Amino acid sequence: MPTVRIIARLDIKGPRVVKGIRFEGLRVVGDPNELAINYYGQGADEIICIDTVASLYGRNSLKEIVGRAVREVFIPITVGGGIRSVDDARELLRIGADKIAVNTAAVNRPELITELAMAFGSQCVVVSIQAKRRSHGWEAYTDYGREHTGLDALEWAKRAEELGAGEILLSSVDMDGTGQGYDIELTRSVAEKAGIPVIASGGMGTPRHCLEAIRSKADAVAVASSIHHGKNGVNDIRAFLMNAGVSVRQWGQRSLS
Amino acid sequence: MGTEVIIIDYGRGNVASVAQAFERVGARASLASTPHKVMTADFLVLPGVGAFADGMAALKERGLDEALKEYSLTGRPFLGICLGMQVLFDKSEEFGNTPGLGLLPGRVAAIPREGEGRTRKVPHIGWSGINPADRRDWAGTILDGIVPGESVYFVHSYMALPDIDSCRVAESDYEGCLVTAAIQEGALAGCQFHPEKSGQTGLKIIQNFLGM
Repeated sequence: MPTVRIIARLDIKGPRVVKGIRFEGLRVVGDPNELAINYYGQGADEIICIDTVASLYGRNSLKEIVGRAVREVFIPITVGGGIRSVDDARELLRIGADKIAVNTAAVNRPELITELAMAFGSQCVVVSIQAKRRSHGWEAYTDYGREHTGLDALEWAKRAEELGAGEILLSSVDMDGTGQGYDIELTRSVAEKAGIPVIASGGMGTPRHCLEAIRSKADAVAVASSIHHGKNGVNDIRAFLMNAGVSVRQWGQRSLS
Repeated sequence: MGTEVIIIDYGRGNVASVAQAFERVGARASLASTPHKVMTADFLVLPGVGAFADGMAALKERGLDEALKEYSLTGRPFLGICLGMQVLFDKSEEFGNTPGLGLLPGRVAAIPREGEGRTRKVPHIGWSGINPADRRDWAGTILDGIVPGESVYFVHSYMALPDIDSCRVAESDYEGCLVTAAIQEGALAGCQFHPEKSGQTGLKIIQNFLGM
């Protein structure tokens, strides 16, 4: 098994990190820079910053946040929310983002995925899918879980890969913020068919939930509420997974920050 | 003030992150996109993200390909990162055959999606442990003080296949595929992984480079 990544997810609104339940009722959690540094020090393997309102208002507060974070945080940073063009992406990459996550703009104009992959390489392009369970399968949502698309989440994931995505950030709107565990069925359905890495997101409450997602073929797990509220540290999750025989990042005796 | 490092800015690299990492270990980082400035460097870094042919074209457009070859002859320290390491070799098979800088004999080829009885996801994204290639001793190399098995961050779809084993310092096992992770031949070094994104392990490697 390749090394599984534990990713700290920061949902951003304006200058703050926020978190809700099922993408609603957003509450302020803290300062993005402080949290990013904190999770880096706890041993997070990556940071994902998603602007929760950028699609809605067509603006982007992420530039400043990313610019500050890269001075202190020496792990990959993925940035998403409101990215509509190759130029938007180039600006964020220039500041120090490593990967670009797209959802709304990619649903509206799927060629954007290919354009980004051609310009920066597939490894740079994360397609974010916000999936809601339906009587049959899952539907992909945009605009931070507000707008439905009519797209089947599984088919959209496959299409995104064909168009040049390098990774799928798969969020379950139903499980998000509940602490009840990832949507395992969704994770497995997408990850089994994908030839690119899949990040499970939404629902992590205990380290065991991460293990379940990994056993369902997730290549990485995103964590948010649980670490924001101090229920689990990234280091606890890592220790739990290691004890369960999962291959995780090794840093020997080196201090983390 | 610290050592001055010149990072090549040819529009194809995460120069901001690389510069921040060098500054974190006490160096002064400045960006260069002209052959003249490259030749003034005491320490030179070639970052790189993206496709091989596109990267080489961007270097040539700026006359940097010849400058890099000339710089390498001075024997001053030179570090290639990711695509910046791959272009040090003769050629790449990415989208047909594209010539590289030819500073090291070898080629660049796709990570096989199938092999050794396994199916791999490509790109290879994530943290993987690095180990000495051919029992190479890391003392005195850019990996001095790194513990075999320590993880570093990889993001790549292609890998270098050097013709000579002596330049291979470290390798990484990606699902049964042995990827050349770090190379060094005198003052010319390269990492397939991203030391600037590999936490404290990566910063130690950057510090080692500055000690060359």
